[in-house]
Amino acid sequence: MRELKYYEALSEGLVQAMERDSSIFVTGIAVDYASGIFGSTVEATRRFGPERVFDSPAMENAMTGICIGAAAMGKRPMMVHPRNDFMFLAFDQLINLAAKWRYMYGGNAGSVPVVVRAVVGKGWGQGATHSQSLQSLLAHFPGLQVVLPALPQDAKGLTIAALQSNAPTVILEHRTLYGISGPVDEAYVPTPIGKARVVQEGTDVTIVATSFMVIEAMRAAEELAKEGVSVELVDLRSIRPLDEETILSSVRKTGRLVVADTSWELCGVVSEIAALAAEKAFHSLKAPVRRIALADCPAPVSMSLEAAFYPKASTIARAVLATLGRTHSHLGDIDLADDFKGPY
Amino acid sequence: MGTVTPDVEIRLFKSVLRLRRAEESLAALYSEQEMRTPTHFGVGQEAVASGVCEALLPDDVVYSHHRCHNHYLAKGGSVAGLAAELYGRETGCANGRGGSVHLTAVDKGFVVSSAILGQTIAVATGSALAFQMDRSSRVAVTFFGEATCEEGVFYESMNYAALRKLPVLFVCENNLYSTESPLSTRQPTGTELCERARAFKVTAEKVDGNDTIAVFEAATRAVESIRAGNGPVFLECMTYRWREHVGPGFDHELGRTYRTKAELDKWIEHCPVKLAGERLQSRGIASEAQIARWTEEVESEIRVAVLTAKQAPWPEAQNLFDNIY
Repeated sequence: MRELKYYEALSEGLVQAMERDSSIFVTGIAVDYASGIFGSTVEATRRFGPERVFDSPAMENAMTGICIGAAAMGKRPMMVHPRNDFMFLAFDQLINLAAKWRYMYGGNAGSVPVVVRAVVGKGWGQGATHSQSLQSLLAHFPGLQVVLPALPQDAKGLTIAALQSNAPTVILEHRTLYGISGPVDEAYVPTPIGKARVVQEGTDVTIVATSFMVIEAMRAAEELAKEGVSVELVDLRSIRPLDEETILSSVRKTGRLVVADTSWELCGVVSEIAALAAEKAFHSLKAPVRRIALADCPAPVSMSLEAAFYPKASTIARAVLATLGRTHSHLGDIDLADDFKGPY
Repeated sequence: MGTVTPDVEIRLFKSVLRLRRAEESLAALYSEQEMRTPTHFGVGQEAVASGVCEALLPDDVVYSHHRCHNHYLAKGGSVAGLAAELYGRETGCANGRGGSVHLTAVDKGFVVSSAILGQTIAVATGSALAFQMDRSSRVAVTFFGEATCEEGVFYESMNYAALRKLPVLFVCENNLYSTESPLSTRQPTGTELCERARAFKVTAEKVDGNDTIAVFEAATRAVESIRAGNGPVFLECMTYRWREHVGPGFDHELGRTYRTKAELDKWIEHCPVKLAGERLQSRGIASEAQIARWTEEVESEIRVAVLTAKQAPWPEAQNLFDNIY
């Protein structure tokens, strides 16, 4: 299969969906810039023009409501937030209305199929208000779907699935992923929402990871294989709905679980998965579950503090070894250097 | 459309009469504690809903807020669907899932109402965006109270609607109070909301919101301008809520002092239903007997609706999870 970069896969999924469904439009700050949300909306802008891809004033809440109102009239709007953090301004429309629309009108007012894309920033001094990752908050609310594609194939597939779904869907994209390459199907095929991906099968320890932490976990698993540790890696892909079955069957097989997410621990995705294992796979567990999350403070800017703030491949690998009662001293070598070039 | 013919006057009167009788009947039954949903009765404010909706076409869409019964009924929603919703029954317009503040009658063009201030201002603006994209001549209307002009979403929406010349009508029902807070604690002295709208390049007009004809004529001018592609219009309708903010009581009977009985009495004198009825009679369009017959027809519709609602099935617990996605 040919390879595409993550941003190219997002773009291809969007363009193919827009070709097939004239009700789709894209808006949000900077969507029609030459830079096009890390390149992901450039081709859609070129192909479909300002009628269907257009910039938005800085009005996150009303624009989300506008997308809802357009969706109620049969459109399929995609709204893009260049950073997750700005989505807080849109929570009234997104959570108080979009998430509840179908339910609270008894199904009689139809659906509002709004797709919200939001980018998670990391490193290069993104700081406290440009680096947050809101999947735990959003997944709390019945009525929303929340997905985090990690691999290019799913960047395309989940874009297609979100644009086909009748439920409001949030796609969280980690900035660090845009340049990563991987095989991507040329066909127009959705990735099922609510289904995790077993990235690699293994027998000793299960790692359940989200978004960029899947990439870190792949590096960790590769290194651990050299140490004779067989890792089963599950890419969660969707937080709501949650694929309990894939997680539990893996945990029942390996008996050990490490969970890694791009956000914090308290009330977070990592805790949800840990609780799930404790409640439904307790008797299979051979060791305590380990949670890998951001350090419990706002994101700092200074390089020296960022290095301590973000968990990485070696953090995951050490946690895996800990569940096996082992230690290793050379794992620091596996961590990626932050090669992002600013300012954006 | 647009001319105040005797037919229009009759429709306007029958509309405000229906809204009034429905709300009064429901308010009278509310104290039985069988409608277990916080309800914001719209008694006194009927002319805004009736006057604006009479100026619309069937496929124009309307959005509303927490005090939404008038708009739902004026756009064609059924009393049966409203009553059953208040009684929490499966036959309610939202199948008992929404309650008083979350009504819908999509087939009549009443899309939804919502309880959070200002939400549907943006949503109506979005429906207007869809109409513009489709090069349709449909208009989207959003009703909201003057307290919503204190919310940011109002300004975001107005700015965008003006920017893109969207076919949306913003109808502000200025009833002078937000819950128990008077204008004096919320907006600077001398505030004219129309000036705020004009600052956003939105055409604005202020009318007597208790005068069905004045509202109808202003709404007609607005809708014609919007359909001509001139962009959004803001209509401020001065009116007054007779009953308490939420619930069927009267503030003066409940010991509340944030407004006076004398003020209420002044507005009751300026009752939209009375004004419309007197006008019909003085112009010889309808007799007192005719009005009595219409009143009985409306009362009959409401009696049947309430009776049917009370006998309707409850939603089944096994259907708790229906329609989440």
